[in-house]
Amino acid sequence: MTFIVIRAARAFLTMIFVVTAVFFASRISGNPIDIMFPEGLSPEEYAFWENYFGLDKSFFQQYIAFFRGLTQGNFGLSLTEFRPVTEIYAERLPNTIRLFGSAFLLAVAVGLPLGIYAAVNRDKPISTAIMAVAFFGYAIPNYILAIFMILIFSFWLHLMPSSGNMTWVHFVMPTITLAMAMMAWNIRFTRSAMLEILNEDFVRTARAKGLREAIVVNKHALRNAMIPIVSNLGLQVAGFVGWVVLVEAVFALEGIGSLIVRGALLRDFAVLQFGVIVWAAVVIVANLIVDIIYAVLDPRVRIAT
Amino acid sequence: MATIEIQPREAAPAKQSKSKIWKAVKDSNWLIKLCFVLLFVLIAVALLAPVLAAHDPNAQSLLSRLRPPIGFERYKEGYFLGTDELGRDLYSRLLYGLRFTLLIAVIGSIISMLIGSTIGIISGYVGGWVDNVLMALVDIQIAFPFTLMALLAVAVFGTDLTIFVIIIGLADWDKYARVVRGQVLAIREAPYIDAVRVTGAGPYRIIRHHMLANIASPIIVLWTFGVSNVILLESSLSFLGLGVQPPTATLGSMTGFGRDYLASYPHIGLVPALMILVIALVFLLLGDWLRDTLDVRLKRQT
Repeated sequence: MTFIVIRAARAFLTMIFVVTAVFFASRISGNPIDIMFPEGLSPEEYAFWENYFGLDKSFFQQYIAFFRGLTQGNFGLSLTEFRPVTEIYAERLPNTIRLFGSAFLLAVAVGLPLGIYAAVNRDKPISTAIMAVAFFGYAIPNYILAIFMILIFSFWLHLMPSSGNMTWVHFVMPTITLAMAMMAWNIRFTRSAMLEILNEDFVRTARAKGLREAIVVNKHALRNAMIPIVSNLGLQVAGFVGWVVLVEAVFALEGIGSLIVRGALLRDFAVLQFGVIVWAAVVIVANLIVDIIYAVLDPRVRIAT
Repeated sequence: MATIEIQPREAAPAKQSKSKIWKAVKDSNWLIKLCFVLLFVLIAVALLAPVLAAHDPNAQSLLSRLRPPIGFERYKEGYFLGTDELGRDLYSRLLYGLRFTLLIAVIGSIISMLIGSTIGIISGYVGGWVDNVLMALVDIQIAFPFTLMALLAVAVFGTDLTIFVIIIGLADWDKYARVVRGQVLAIREAPYIDAVRVTGAGPYRIIRHHMLANIASPIIVLWTFGVSNVILLESSLSFLGLGVQPPTATLGSMTGFGRDYLASYPHIGLVPALMILVIALVFLLLGDWLRDTLDVRLKRQT
């Protein structure tokens, strides 16, 4: 229990650190009024917006107001679209969830079994083939893969649309592109985690006492290998979240990733800061959950801390 | 005043391992040898870009816009990879793009190495709360998607080459910090470091002359892995339009612009994309091979 409390406290502190960093970054990035109205304003209008953003108050008051706004769910207005950023994100969130969720499920459903297979039958030709495919999936940057897929399936064979997000067909290629890299990573990671366990003494003991291979693999090896595999999946949510940005950009899919890129290029800080804060929260909570699952699955972790 | 110089413990073995690597290269399979050849070709081409280029990479020509590569209809003499939407020679741009990509990657990864190693040394040598704070920073860096950090930096500072290189340089430091810290912790209490301390050497002298020599080789190995990471990072950020600004091009930004012409002029995006693919495969195959060959303790730490 103390373990969970300590981890939760650390997660909370990290979150405060991120929010503070974002606040300072937003102040360095320049005056939001200049970005909103590049053509200039009359003094009265300027005073109104200055008051609206709280720029006439002291730095410390602004910092407090920023925190209070966040706790009340007020993330500010988009500087380029003049409406609440939460509204813009709500419109685009379903697309990203569809993309990332289906890619993640596909990568787990295909990647884990193949990785386990490649570890158990390590010298068979099928395993070598699996590992070769995994290597390519891992090596090819996903936007490069996307470009090849667009050329082949959209412009050559005319099977798939090259961009957009109107129907489910539009999601096929982005999902496969994203899943490819995650799947390759899953295969490689699962295989090495399984191999490590299969070399342990207790696996040899299990075999020596005459247990069937299926029981040795499923009960003795897989259960132990699941610990690093689960934590790896949590890290994947953290790391591959950045890749959504690339896939959405290549396929012109209107999701959160492309929104954040546009926010950065147009210097729309309100859009960007919401993305950063929410994404940081997702990552931190995901890590916390992984830590807790870890502790539940593996008693050694609980005792160690 | 005479100073007592104590030879670093691993100075001699370091030389041996160098010849061991050379022997391993000779014994490796054809694929790895091919990768080494390709690596040297890539570096040579990048260095010789001004000599090899047929045209000025940024020279525009309205008359020769959107020409296909050699062997296709409408091919124009002297532009054997074709031209882009502004009539610039793709072959010359590819050479210069490669040059810029590698240059930014090398500078960026060296920045990462310097920052990370410094933090790692301080963290391991000083210990205590300094260590805790620095390692908490490392944890944040690992947990937070770097793409987001880079986007944030672009929004704050705008797109600028210097800023961009610094951002790239901040991508990988956590790996160096963790490994170097571990190495420093391992040798901090070693008898020969104690011996140096007894002779009255200060922390700077101990770190500079006695610790660095012993932890240099893992840092260099990490750096060779790091360069390829940084190349891919640079390419993807440039692809998104966040990197170097036109007319200067890196392979990533060329692919990014080529994306818009894929339907009718696929060569504009395909040529740099294939080059990135080759670089990615070469570096990853060599990285995997190096890891297996050296089979260093780094395997677990990185």
